[in-house]
Amino acid sequence: MRASLFITCYNDTLFPETGRAVVRLLERLGVDLDFHPKQTCCGQMHANTGFRGEAFSQAKRFVRLYQDAETVVIPSSSCVAMIRDQYPGLFAELGNEILRKDFEALLPRVYELSEFLIDKLGVEDVGATFTHRVVYHASCHGVRALHLGERPYKLMAKVRGLDLATLTNVDRCCGFGGTFSVKNAEVSSAMLTVKLQDVLATKAEYCTALDNSCLMHLGGAMHREYAGMKTIHLAQILASTETEATL
Amino acid sequence: MSHATPGRVSLDPRFAPPFPEAALIMLRNPQLRKNVGHAIDVIQAKRGKLVVEKTDWQELRSAASAIRFHVLDNLGAYLEQFEARCTAAGGHVHWAADAAQARQIILDLLRQENATEVIKIKTMTSAEIQLNPFLQASGVNVYETDLAEIILQLGDEDPSHIVVPALHINRSQVREIFARTMGLNNLSDDPKELTNAARTYLRQKFLTVPTAISGANFLVAETGTVAVVESEGNGRMCLTLPQTMISLVGIEKVLPRFQDLEVMLQLLARSATGERMNPYTSLWTGVTPGDGPQKFHVVLLDNGRSSILAKEKERQTLKCIRCAACMNACPVYRQTGGHAYGSVYPGPIGAILTPQLMQMKYAQTLPFASSLCGACYEVCPVKINIPEVLLELRSQVVNQERKQAGRVFDLMYLGLRIANLIFATAWGFHAAQRMGRIGLRFFTRKDGWIHSLPSLGAKWTQTRDLRGLPQQTFHQWWATRAKEGK
Repeated sequence: MRASLFITCYNDTLFPETGRAVVRLLERLGVDLDFHPKQTCCGQMHANTGFRGEAFSQAKRFVRLYQDAETVVIPSSSCVAMIRDQYPGLFAELGNEILRKDFEALLPRVYELSEFLIDKLGVEDVGATFTHRVVYHASCHGVRALHLGERPYKLMAKVRGLDLATLTNVDRCCGFGGTFSVKNAEVSSAMLTVKLQDVLATKAEYCTALDNSCLMHLGGAMHREYAGMKTIHLAQILASTETEATL
Repeated sequence: MSHATPGRVSLDPRFAPPFPEAALIMLRNPQLRKNVGHAIDVIQAKRGKLVVEKTDWQELRSAASAIRFHVLDNLGAYLEQFEARCTAAGGHVHWAADAAQARQIILDLLRQENATEVIKIKTMTSAEIQLNPFLQASGVNVYETDLAEIILQLGDEDPSHIVVPALHINRSQVREIFARTMGLNNLSDDPKELTNAARTYLRQKFLTVPTAISGANFLVAETGTVAVVESEGNGRMCLTLPQTMISLVGIEKVLPRFQDLEVMLQLLARSATGERMNPYTSLWTGVTPGDGPQKFHVVLLDNGRSSILAKEKERQTLKCIRCAACMNACPVYRQTGGHAYGSVYPGPIGAILTPQLMQMKYAQTLPFASSLCGACYEVCPVKINIPEVLLELRSQVVNQERKQAGRVFDLMYLGLRIANLIFATAWGFHAAQRMGRIGLRFFTRKDGWIHSLPSLGAKWTQTRDLRGLPQQTFHQWWATRAKEGK
């Protein structure tokens, strides 16, 4: 199977280890992966802050880069949600007929990582070993936009050695919200404090998610508070094996 | 209404501070946060249980959404039908284009009755048009009869929630307000005693005041019926004892058929208070000789609603049935409570409704008062896609603001414009990554983390660290690996 990796701008810049893990994981599962060198951003930051024109130009760029791809894999729930929920509106308003058609043809081939593994590849056991206590942050876009449901839990259940903690208020927002974390920094921090209390109460070693933006928020507070817990993208857990540990 | 009290925020959007500023005041109030968190947890737990037991919940939501959209598509016709049927049944229908007109219509009606006192059933529309201070200033004494509204009125407090307006006040604070204003020095904070105090206070008003004001949860076009749902029986009293009833109702509250109440009432009580059915549902059609008020007026309030109706994405705002499920589910509201929104409509629905009612001239920080987590949309019984409307309004605010000269130097605007240029080409993006790495090196500590940034970055680092930029981006790693032949 061929697939094209859209790594997303912040993973490329801030979390390259997640990208390396996705490559290792998918190649281990026999996927023929390629990476478009001209990719940048899906436009989520601009769209969510009200800069619709700018978001449109980035959305258009995404469609043009990937319209010929067999499958697109994206290790970020919120970026996939941007493409699925916001591109149609942007193109309806600002795009032309050709662009809309190209996008409609591309959309069914765009997968979030856990969707790609479960729905497209049909695997739950990816052959991973990760002998740690882990808490999973379901992330708003994963739960309410993509409806990932049981997918991440099915994947984690088959990871050898993984001890999954139960998180109370699992679907509650961590308070990141993109530019919300800066425009409403104090409210965002209050939301983070409450979320962190639930996360830390699990006494896990690692907090994982399918979106590094939430993890950057949670991880930033964990580091500030010497909380003794680390954040790690689920791709890095799934890529870990007995012989090759976390990247 | 006095707004001089320290820590008090005006609920008039024209005078309220920006959301982040008002929110900070609330975040610093531990009593308020404890009260709000506790009350929300109780309501949420009750609602959760009842939604799970209702196996056709999603079908009900879809039906309600369809009914409400159908109403919006045919609003004029249904309002006229309501007017005709209500009038035929002995009611009088008045049309108010804005708040000032609605206030004047109500005052004129009260003057016709020579009313110097009026009792009220809880109504959001009257708070929206600031009716109470207007009537008081015009020489009419207003008495709220909903328990929470009494607490607010006697305590000179502002509502912080559309269903449970005194949610930010706990019972020992209620005891203090009642003891002080009713002269009951030995009052305890036992809920029974507090309710008895309110009952004694109210009974006298019910028996002596002949004029009442209400809102409405629904109007039924088919029959000309008005519906009010409530929990305490005060509404039923107001609909039984007074001679005159004036109902102030938003034009969007109409339903086509009596049968539509079946869908709406099942959703409303569960969503609002976590009950299978609210204790009192009053339905009345015009006047009935010998039964209830003999003079009945409906004031239909537009006040910006028809301009919302005209807008394709925003019109769904008017589907709202004011259940408050969105604010109960909202993680932002949970931290700040309602006053931070500077509007009588707080929470997610307030964040989309208030700026629109204000013609996008005020409350422009409200569309940004959300992390876009989607919890509001998930619980909304009439399926209002609140995040979608928030995004639409954000875009309108940005389009207005970016024309202002000062915004050229606004860091957020400047940053986002530059970011757009950067993302337009791969080489621009990669050059920015290199420059960012060099620039941030100065702030990165030996442990590889950034603990403090200047300017906008400080908004992040005031409570959170940031990992320094890695030496190699992903695309660089990929290119190197490709060169080495994997």
